[in-house]
Amino acid sequence: MSADIDVRLFSSRSRSKSLADESEFMGTRAKIVVSPGTTITTDGGFMRGHGTYLEDENGLLSAVAGVVEKVNKLITVRPLKTRYNPEVGDVVVGRIVQVCQKLWKVDVGGRLYAALHLHSVNLPGGELRRKSIEDELLMSQYLIDGDLVSAEVQNVGVDGAVSLHTRNLKYGKLGQGSLVQVSPSLVKRCKTHFHNLPNGVHLVIGLNGFLWITHEGEAESSHFAQNLERVDYHTRESICRTRNVIISLSRYNIMLYDTTILYAYEISTDYSIAQLLKPEIQMEVAHLTRQKLQLEG
Amino acid sequence: MSGHQYLSEEGFRVDGRRAQEMRKLDCSLGVFAQADGSAYVKEGNTVVLAAVYGPHEVRGGRVKALHDRAVVNCQFSAATFSTAERKRRPRGDTKSVEMTLHLQQTFETAILTKLYPRCQIDIFVEVLQADGSILSVAINAATMALVDAGIGLRDYVCACSAGVFNDAALLDLNNLEESQKGTGLTVAILPKTERIVLVDMSSKIHSDHVSKTIEAAIEGCKDIHATFDAKIKERVGRLAALINTEN
Repeated sequence: MSADIDVRLFSSRSRSKSLADESEFMGTRAKIVVSPGTTITTDGGFMRGHGTYLEDENGLLSAVAGVVEKVNKLITVRPLKTRYNPEVGDVVVGRIVQVCQKLWKVDVGGRLYAALHLHSVNLPGGELRRKSIEDELLMSQYLIDGDLVSAEVQNVGVDGAVSLHTRNLKYGKLGQGSLVQVSPSLVKRCKTHFHNLPNGVHLVIGLNGFLWITHEGEAESSHFAQNLERVDYHTRESICRTRNVIISLSRYNIMLYDTTILYAYEISTDYSIAQLLKPEIQMEVAHLTRQKLQLEG
Repeated sequence: MSGHQYLSEEGFRVDGRRAQEMRKLDCSLGVFAQADGSAYVKEGNTVVLAAVYGPHEVRGGRVKALHDRAVVNCQFSAATFSTAERKRRPRGDTKSVEMTLHLQQTFETAILTKLYPRCQIDIFVEVLQADGSILSVAINAATMALVDAGIGLRDYVCACSAGVFNDAALLDLNNLEESQKGTGLTVAILPKTERIVLVDMSSKIHSDHVSKTIEAAIEGCKDIHATFDAKIKERVGRLAALINTEN
């Protein structure tokens, strides 16, 4: 019945062996590391950015543990691990949590739920259609709790309230596929966040750390109408492999963008998909990807 | 004084420490993948796990949300196996309610709550092993978890307990010393400004000894701060080399 059970000793796990040499690989730039309560400067000529606060007698202090960044007179401290901080124009993937009057509440992994207004979505039947009361009543037919959407950040309010829009054919409801959640600081800001990989996988890399993996046909299908066509076995395998590869990369803090994911995908073909869930294989894949990046870059 | 001798003539305590000596401090961060921040802090035989969730949307009724700052929600609990006597501790008992309140008040002053309007920050603290100074270790663990979560803090909050035995101030009390009546107090400070954010004195101390004991505890807090700060800087420095934050 159970022919291949894999038993390993906990102690034989090689943990963080490679961390030391990994950090010397990229740690060439000198970075100022601060922790909460560290004085950054007592000079009054600087502006207070995110992650800092002013105190009369101590000058400018850090509020988080992170790296100091200076842009002209503005000083910010960027923490390494934090919730998603939305900016206008970001591509995000989110999950609908609530249907309200005239808007949907979307969980994008930020501090507050984002709002997707009825007037900022394209409903089936023409772009310039007026939205009536009937549309308001039919909202739960378009999107309901638990649905996944890809969208763009339209506006960020002063108190951090976020509104999204899907007024582009790229965005909309997501159908069949797999979602991976990683830390938002691991996602690299790129020109495009929609990728068609050579293995037949369509990838949406949300800047909020939500990655959506689906097949190419899905990307071209019309949004709001669910496409329940069977995805062939080969593509499903590619989707699974991509998912496992992304998890491996995120565990070893490798920045995620199309190149790294493709490299890691190629490297991972030496192993079966299930093997990619083992910690030592994940480390191997991550390590080889890092080496390849170093060679190419 | 009871049967025990808390400070021997040679200047040693029951567990072999000097009067002003702290226990071994050990901590690791990011122990939970699901939480926004987490920490595992070990001070001698006292072990505490802390997890921080948030800042996130206020749960359980929008009424609690504050339009100009975040709500800090704490929960303190002790595992059934944490003490010598195995005992189920329901969450609503007097001791844990008191601890919860202490934690909440401490962190409401330390967190820059103005940065997170209409949000909620959850701090969950669980004692795995109780060997004295529970409140101080709980505060230390919660601080580390908050730093790990990248939540804006005025400063670290470092806490330490101290007590008086035969006119000598002892630092970082263990369970045996703490069970002696009329001895201990716990102090939490913001190390940068040395401002005191919490003093918990649940037993009687002679007024002559109070200031001396508090001063001793503050020294202990500074030691803890130094250890934690080095730990955090080492971790952040290592990760900063891997994650390219400039994008």
